[in-house]
Amino acid sequence: MTTRIDARFAELAKEGRSAFVTFLMAGDPDPKTSLDIIKALPKAGADIIEIGMPFTDPMADGPSIQAAGLRALKGGMTLRKTLEMVRGFRKEDDTTPLVLMGYYNPIYIYGVDKFLADAKSAGVDGLIIVDLPPEEDDELCIPALKAGLNFIRLATPTTDDKRLPAVLANTSGFVYYVSITGITGAAAADSKAVGDAVARIKRHTKLPVCVGFGIRTPQAARAIAEKANGAVVGTALVDALRDSLDTQGQATSKTVAAVADLVASLAQGVRGAKQAAE
Amino acid sequence: MNPKLPNSFRTGPDERGHFGNFGGRFVAETLMPLILDLEKAYAAAKADPSFQTEMNGYLKDYVGRPSPLYFAERLTEHLGGAKIYLKREELNHTGSHKVNNVLGQIMVARRMGKKRIIAETGAGQHGVATATLCARFGLECVVYMGAVDVARQAPNVFRMEMLGAKVVPVQSGTRTLKDAMNEALRDWVTNVHNTFYCIGTVAGPHPYPMMVRDFQSVIGEETRKQMQEAEGRLPDSLVACIGGGSNAMGLFHPFLDDPSVEIFGVEAAGHGLTQLHAASIAGGRAGVLHGNRTYLLMDDDGQIQDAHSISAGLDYPGIGPEHSWLHETGRVTYLSATDDEALAAFMLLSRLEGIPPALESAHAIAKVTELAPKRPKDHLMVVNLSGRGDKDIPQITEILKGKKQ
Repeated sequence: MTTRIDARFAELAKEGRSAFVTFLMAGDPDPKTSLDIIKALPKAGADIIEIGMPFTDPMADGPSIQAAGLRALKGGMTLRKTLEMVRGFRKEDDTTPLVLMGYYNPIYIYGVDKFLADAKSAGVDGLIIVDLPPEEDDELCIPALKAGLNFIRLATPTTDDKRLPAVLANTSGFVYYVSITGITGAAAADSKAVGDAVARIKRHTKLPVCVGFGIRTPQAARAIAEKANGAVVGTALVDALRDSLDTQGQATSKTVAAVADLVASLAQGVRGAKQAAE
Repeated sequence: MNPKLPNSFRTGPDERGHFGNFGGRFVAETLMPLILDLEKAYAAAKADPSFQTEMNGYLKDYVGRPSPLYFAERLTEHLGGAKIYLKREELNHTGSHKVNNVLGQIMVARRMGKKRIIAETGAGQHGVATATLCARFGLECVVYMGAVDVARQAPNVFRMEMLGAKVVPVQSGTRTLKDAMNEALRDWVTNVHNTFYCIGTVAGPHPYPMMVRDFQSVIGEETRKQMQEAEGRLPDSLVACIGGGSNAMGLFHPFLDDPSVEIFGVEAAGHGLTQLHAASIAGGRAGVLHGNRTYLLMDDDGQIQDAHSISAGLDYPGIGPEHSWLHETGRVTYLSATDDEALAAFMLLSRLEGIPPALESAHAIAKVTELAPKRPKDHLMVVNLSGRGDKDIPQITEILKGKKQ
């Protein structure tokens, strides 16, 4: 089965370049602005869009993304509305892959089977669930694969060669390599170490490997895109969004452009990269 | 509720850390290899007789165990029913049961070669115990504590700092215990190579709920022996307060397969179960947080709700997964006590026995005042006096001043 994610990586391989993957929180700072931002991303240069599902207790996220989740929840965001947002996006764009990223509890409470059916019909292509390691694959990973969604796993510097096969076993779409041990928005990744890690993962899988955590500038995005099949940027975009808000935390006329402009300049960085590692 | 009752209540968890439908290992990949290492290290320690011998030495000479099982004569007379015994965990070094678990985990951390210890704390009792043992063994110690709790448990903050620990006030979320745990997990993800996370209760990813329970089971094992010596038989009932539930699990576990023993856990009902409270079983449902599936307070979207309790140590929107399972199997009965009931119990025990209980433990005493009068005089009831109330005196003084106005 070919998903939008598979198709997108096949196109990029033909173009000979790496993917630029963006992360923003659904409903940040309000549902309407958030949808406008997501709609603007493909034109600005995003190849794959990750959308955060807000959660009160995001244990792997730094202050920026924690705050984005709380802004979204304060603005009334729920998992149901996140799926509505995906539907809204799909009315205009049927090719850009959409990945939902977050924590398990809201999905568990929504109901796994209902969530997978609704996500699939809304136009979601893949899931990244931070607190579901392979040891808990029965919960959501296996049902998601059966429902035709990609289940994208995080590999980290602590995932050694012995453990990698278990992590990769039920992974599909791409592998998300977390370039640091730490939370989102923390330290910057060292591109040499990233290159080594990507090469190590590629010895175990044919899947594309995207790298995230710690990438903030076009130069850094370019350096990573030369080592991997994709560079993921989240915190820097969330920070640009936050900086565009008024003192009450509400969207302004500059909010959509603030994010789209940064996406465009980061996309330039990724597109300037030499042929990615194969 | 669960039709499939097990042959034994004491064999859990299974190899994946499940107590029935509860427990598990819901953590980020970065932590998973370390959790598997910890599981191995703990299994090796458990199988090593020298580990137990060394721990018993510290429990006796450093912690001051066994803690007495004390017949509360005046409380018994006052309530006019069951004969009430207090398991005096508040007499342990550091003033609560928390030290039992911390000692065990620090010894495991030493075996694993970890030099940096992090912990979360609510009331500060677990933080104080961790700071104490880190001082004793020369380890770096960082304690995460919600900013709200830093304010209401000032004496324990001073104690931790005096012991050489760094106390980090957590400003995120509700600024209480759950947020302290989030922040400790974030630290752990970041410093996974040199850091051991010393969790203070029977929650978190497997193997923590099992490991913490094992270290706390000394409470119940001693109680069995001491009651045998005092009365020549098993107790008829056990009562303990529950936040995450480690003091309760420690008392209950050795008695789970004795059907004659009635067991009661007491959650914090805060302002009342229809208002702000911290009673996950009475007012929550099954969900996934902090590495395990268990009863949690949350809204219809699966967002975790604020807990409230007068007692910082119970102010947590979840409960250990083994408790969730013991609730669903019906083996343990879970009750709850409000802030006001706990305050009244604090005063009662102070005045009748000269023992100010921690506000946490006062919740258990509060339910004893309801349970004991309904039972015959030959009924033996054990209540876990998990901590001492000294840390709460400034807060209680403020509350009583407020009530007079």
